[in-house]
Amino acid sequence: MSYRFFVNGDPVEVEVPGMRRLLDVLREDLALTGTKEGCGEGECGACSVLLDGAVVDSCLVPVCQVDGTSVRTVEGLGSEDELNDLQAAFLATGGAQCGICTPGMLMAAEAFIASGAPAGDEAIREAIAGNLCRCTGYTKIVEAIAQAAERRRAAGTGDL
Amino acid sequence: MTRILPPGTQELLAPDPLLVPPGSRTPGRISQRGPLRREGPAKLTGLAKYTDDLVFPGAWYGATIRSTEPRATLLGLDQDDAFDWTQVVVVTATDIPGDNVVSLIRDDQPILVPVGGEIRHQAEPLCLIAAADRETLRAAKRHLKVRTERLPAVFDPLASTEEFSHLEVRRGDLEAGFAQAELVVEGTYRVGHQEQLYIENQAMIAIPQADGGVTVHGSCQCPYYIHRALKRSLQLSDAQAVVIQAETGGGFGGKEEYPSMIALHAALLARKVGKAVRMIYDRHEDLSATTKRHPAVIHHRTGVMRDGTLVAQEIDVVMDGGAYCTLTPVVLSRGVLHAGGPYRCPNVRIAGRSMATNTPPNGAFRGFGAPQTEFAAEMQVNRIAEALDISPLELRRRWAYREGDTTPTGQVLRESVAAIEVLDAAAEASDFARHSAQTRHAREARQSGARLASGIGIAMGWHGAGFTGSGEVHIAGVASVELTDDGMIRVLSAQTEMGQGTKTIFPQLVAEELGLEPDAVENAPQDTSIVPDSGPTVASRTAMVVGGLIIKAARRLRAQVESVTDRPFVDSYREFALEHGALRVDEHFEPYPNVDFDDATYTGDAYPAFGWACAVARVDVDLDTGEVTVRDVVSADDAGRIIHPVLAEGQVEGGTLQAVGYATIEEIKLVDGRYLNDRLATYLIPTSLDAPRIEAILVEKPFSGAPHGAKGIGELPMDVGAPAVVAAIHDATGVWIHDLPATPERILAAMTGAPARGSPGVSAPAPKRGAG
Repeated sequence: MSYRFFVNGDPVEVEVPGMRRLLDVLREDLALTGTKEGCGEGECGACSVLLDGAVVDSCLVPVCQVDGTSVRTVEGLGSEDELNDLQAAFLATGGAQCGICTPGMLMAAEAFIASGAPAGDEAIREAIAGNLCRCTGYTKIVEAIAQAAERRRAAGTGDL
Repeated sequence: MTRILPPGTQELLAPDPLLVPPGSRTPGRISQRGPLRREGPAKLTGLAKYTDDLVFPGAWYGATIRSTEPRATLLGLDQDDAFDWTQVVVVTATDIPGDNVVSLIRDDQPILVPVGGEIRHQAEPLCLIAAADRETLRAAKRHLKVRTERLPAVFDPLASTEEFSHLEVRRGDLEAGFAQAELVVEGTYRVGHQEQLYIENQAMIAIPQADGGVTVHGSCQCPYYIHRALKRSLQLSDAQAVVIQAETGGGFGGKEEYPSMIALHAALLARKVGKAVRMIYDRHEDLSATTKRHPAVIHHRTGVMRDGTLVAQEIDVVMDGGAYCTLTPVVLSRGVLHAGGPYRCPNVRIAGRSMATNTPPNGAFRGFGAPQTEFAAEMQVNRIAEALDISPLELRRRWAYREGDTTPTGQVLRESVAAIEVLDAAAEASDFARHSAQTRHAREARQSGARLASGIGIAMGWHGAGFTGSGEVHIAGVASVELTDDGMIRVLSAQTEMGQGTKTIFPQLVAEELGLEPDAVENAPQDTSIVPDSGPTVASRTAMVVGGLIIKAARRLRAQVESVTDRPFVDSYREFALEHGALRVDEHFEPYPNVDFDDATYTGDAYPAFGWACAVARVDVDLDTGEVTVRDVVSADDAGRIIHPVLAEGQVEGGTLQAVGYATIEEIKLVDGRYLNDRLATYLIPTSLDAPRIEAILVEKPFSGAPHGAKGIGELPMDVGAPAVVAAIHDATGVWIHDLPATPERILAAMTGAPARGSPGVSAPAPKRGAG
């Protein structure tokens, strides 16, 4: 079967079985390896991407459900030379250590900030509760998200 | 507030506000931040290449066939005729050209169990299969039948007759100490397995080379462990075995020794297939088969005077090594050396033994034996404080080591002792005395039928930096700094980055010596064909030991360049490179002055220096359900001079949360020697909602033996979090939980006086099959 959707704004078309995991389509068919696999059963959130703006575990989404949608991955944020404000906040605060949870964590944080919800400690922790991190104790991740949310609020742009 | 005390500071600053109130932002950070994480931008954009992100066109997929019994004789590996075996490659023990052992301490663990050999644990590797695609691989696995004859298995280390190691540390006259004691307190404490749970599963890719050698890319802490294992079992030369670390998504000890096994498997398959082979574990395989923290049973008998003077400590430590030795004797040794806690005691006997059981081998995990024994030590201190009706803070202040004190091995703590400083820092930041009085009052005034109770608890600890005893001398690490012929500076070491910050602090340290910006210094890749063996990335040794080597190398490089150019290094090194070409300085480890340990008698300087830590935890306990909420933890840690405050805080915060998980929810249940909760849906680690607010306080007591004064920090916070949480649970409920984790079941059982069921870490027997 053939499926058409957008990835980070670009139209793509893949010819794959409909039950192929979005995670595999991204990593193996589209060579977007920024999205990681941590458990393959929706527990760790390392594979989180945005599907029409909502956070999903791409290991649990068959590609047939992605047809006609818009997918955003970590590759759609800032580049190495020009990090976006959320990535820059993670870098400055020490919110990324080993980095394997980071792409998924960033996508969950993007969705949270875009929602416009007040960025209090509890709300941020709730927003990333589906994303496990074993390195940081979450302290600096929460700090980074709060910083970026505040900057975007001040700049008047919820989304990128 | 997080504070840094300048070296030599005796007086603490005025106490900070209370712990972070729930719902508020984590408080402000110190200004001196250090350079940004070197590989941060690559990780934040998804460009960093972890093993599974590496593409090798035409690579095959490898899988491991594992045992499903805890102990058996392997009778045969039968290939079902219904399957076309020409489309896959199978590797068994007979395909191993060299020694069929995973080279480590003792040669007991096979790479693959040979037919006729003994299976010693569940999930033990028996043979390997590779195929060009995953579907074929799955089909082949289904058609390979393992024939065995079951043998009786041992699951309880206390019932095991097979010992891996034992040791004893003695000081003073134990009998006289107990004869003098006015109060003797005894206790038995038990801890189970803990999984490292790096979020990136174990992964290796092997590529066969034309010269008969093999190149392995993988997720690992210790490229040279793998290098040695490959050379020995595949009969390769130094140059034929090449190990390259890929970006590594967490290790915590779990990628110290097990990666050698996976690399051997991938390499054996790759050589037989003649193509690259990918061995990428999924979470289930990783949880089922790889090493865990050692379960332990620790018995304390302590003699004290009524005024609180400590006069005798007798401690027995039994660790469960699992089916093979791996690193167990070293884990036991560190556990025993830390078992008394950071306290001065004239009469001590600590005995330890590590036993074999028919469970998957246990191995390295952050703290390496010390979190187990220090949990027991701190439980004991808190119980004695209660028995004497002395504040646990005050009792620790009386007992804690000061400079000039002698440890049970006879080591005189000549310098860099910060026990009192971390104790005071954590007690003040948490307002321990005031909260403690409040929770005590609330407990005494509590009506029956009350639903919620709050508690506060304290624990302190120490952690030897670097390898135990003469370990660093045996490792004889080499690290280098090079001025390349195109005028770049690069650091060459085998120290791996796994999130803790090696790639950031090494250029920082070298740049500081050379008068350059950190960005002017590069890291050579952790590739055994490029970098020297500076030893493994374990034991909180990277910053202290190897950091010291590269500083010395940079100093020599600077002196050599300046002696030729007669101008400051920063103004002349590029010119020097153009005129004279590359210049590389190799620095070899030299023993720290006045540090001497006798491995035979276990006496002397067990570690060049110790780090010191104190944690204060506050919890809420639901008295109806036994459910615990850890609200906040203050952890004050002394790691000598702090190189990079943001990274150091990150170590304290992360290590503290792992300790909170160890204390409350992380438990592995076993049946018939098999891990039952071997999926991420059933082995739980703390989420952002479970995590307490963590405040890291960095205390600095530099170590003069290292040129930069740094000691290790990675493991230190892991030693103190769990006993602080359990002390807080006691403060809330009035009951002591002797076994980790302190689950709601254990707490309710203790509150109702019900007997504890089962021992943490000890497998239940195989379920009985009913007739018919």
